[in-house]
Amino acid sequence: MSDKKLLEVKHLKEYFDIPNGLRSLKLKAVDDVTFDINEGETLGLVGESGCGKTTVGRTILQLYKPTAGEVYFDGELIRGKKTIHEFRKKAQMVFQDPYSSLDPRMTVSDIIGEPLDVHKLYSNKAERTEKIKYLMDLVGLSSEHASRYAHEFSGGQRQRIGIARALAVDPKFIVCDEPVSALDVSIQAQVVNMFEDLQAKLGLTYLFIAHDLLVVKHISTRIAVMYLGKLIEIGPANEVYHEPIHPYTVSLLSAVPVPDPKIARANQRIHLEGDVPSPLHMPSGCPFRTRCPHACDACAESMPELKEVKPGHFVACHKIEG
Amino acid sequence: MDSKLALYIVKRLLLAIFTVFLIITITFFVMKAIPGGPFLSEKSPSPEVTAALEAKYGLDKPVFEQYITYLKDLLRGDFGPSIKNRGRQVIDLIMEGFAVSAKNGLIAACLAIVIGLVLGALAAVFHDSWIDKTIMVLSTAFVAIPSFVVATLLLLIFCITFPIFPANGNVSGGLVLPIISLSLSPMSYITRLTRSSMLDVLGQDYIRTARAKGVSNTKVIFKHALKNAVTPVITYVGPMIAYILTGSLVVEKVFAVPGLGDFFFSSITNRDYPMVMGTTIFLATLMVIMTLLSDICYKIFDPRVDLS
Repeated sequence: MSDKKLLEVKHLKEYFDIPNGLRSLKLKAVDDVTFDINEGETLGLVGESGCGKTTVGRTILQLYKPTAGEVYFDGELIRGKKTIHEFRKKAQMVFQDPYSSLDPRMTVSDIIGEPLDVHKLYSNKAERTEKIKYLMDLVGLSSEHASRYAHEFSGGQRQRIGIARALAVDPKFIVCDEPVSALDVSIQAQVVNMFEDLQAKLGLTYLFIAHDLLVVKHISTRIAVMYLGKLIEIGPANEVYHEPIHPYTVSLLSAVPVPDPKIARANQRIHLEGDVPSPLHMPSGCPFRTRCPHACDACAESMPELKEVKPGHFVACHKIEG
Repeated sequence: MDSKLALYIVKRLLLAIFTVFLIITITFFVMKAIPGGPFLSEKSPSPEVTAALEAKYGLDKPVFEQYITYLKDLLRGDFGPSIKNRGRQVIDLIMEGFAVSAKNGLIAACLAIVIGLVLGALAAVFHDSWIDKTIMVLSTAFVAIPSFVVATLLLLIFCITFPIFPANGNVSGGLVLPIISLSLSPMSYITRLTRSSMLDVLGQDYIRTARAKGVSNTKVIFKHALKNAVTPVITYVGPMIAYILTGSLVVEKVFAVPGLGDFFFSSITNRDYPMVMGTTIFLATLMVIMTLLSDICYKIFDPRVDLS
């Protein structure tokens, strides 16, 4: 892992218009998110359902047009049709649902081969077939099954097809959008380990989106925590996991089950009051203040900036001194 | 897989023969149960002549015997003579009418499928825009308006107000309006089917996967989306083609096209028994074949469909 920044996300915003009678409401799915990812590292992105983590991944890959903000890859600003098309060769995505994300009318070799066709990554048919065979071997699929359709495979195998497809263009960076949450627990570990093996082998950089904190801690170099479209804490994986600072991260981590009743009983589970506010009607200032046990007047006035609390560990909270 | 498909086709064909046989039987007895006969017009011939004619066509025998005789003839490929069109064989009359209806129908069906698919896809891609709204209003209108109104309106507008096309279907250029009137309703139906199916498919995850691969927008729409969206259309198109090929009574009447639809209707009012049977069998067979074909297409377009 190097200190070279591979991906820089600056003040990224993604708002969706939600029709509401004659007017339309703004849903701030991602609101002013800034972070970078170093080459070769895995940034784990966590948060509860609906906090905008998937939208962050998709917007970075320009599957949604960003409302505002910039994405730099290898120092280059990603904007405009041509740049985006080139960008698709370097950055790919593994989707959450291995059942619905594969076109049911295509065979495995078509699914994996299409990115090769689109970006013209082979000179003859034999090379294409060879490449597909290599990719299938790489993710642990038998290349004899290349002419089968996606529905003939199990969930874990389908996710492997999705990974082979993402790897087809030889990318440097992959957004893994909850890649194991749709799989059986027994398969999850296999797939997570495969992600790690592939990273070591191919020098990949990951943005690993998940809500399973144990999986994220296992695979990540650093962890970023989101709440209601905002980034509230980011730091080295072990530190965020064992010594969380932001009150939201603290409560989130207290919810992680511990497989030992003695420890579990001794641990104090922090229950948050109330529900997550609707992203259509965001509270003023810090979005977490309506549920935060430490909220004060300042929290209602402005959104706290990310402050470096420890080296490389940033937290956005008025109550935490930098 | 291919032997499975062959077995399936054989099974379906056997079933089809049974279906057609059932239709023959039901039609035969229902037809005989309707009061009246082929020789009961205003200028009825004398009872002696009627009796002689009935004896000639075997109508004096018990119904069940007539039925057995008819089936025997049918097995030899003999549809019998037409009663009203003296000296003509039913099979020849059907083929003559079908030649006309099928030509119009084939063009109309192609128009309906191609334009319907394109308009439906356009409406879905530009969902909620004015393009979508215009297409939806028009297609709803043409699905709802009955064909005799459409045909008459077209006649009024393009033959009388602006005499661009002839009103008679027998002269050159005369088939343009009948073909348009034939195709408008199925075209609108296909448009609506394609649109709703496309909207569903465009929201699917694998469309996003295709975009993430870097597939161009046009290709995403035609290769990934339309191919997946076409399934419900296939189900509709099979029987639609059978109907449209056998001609529409209304359209053929309005534009004086000598097609099969006209024959079918007049043979019923005339109690031309062999003619009714012949056209019914023809229509039923065509329908069964088209349904079978659309099921096979289904399999080709959707590998997940298990035929067995």
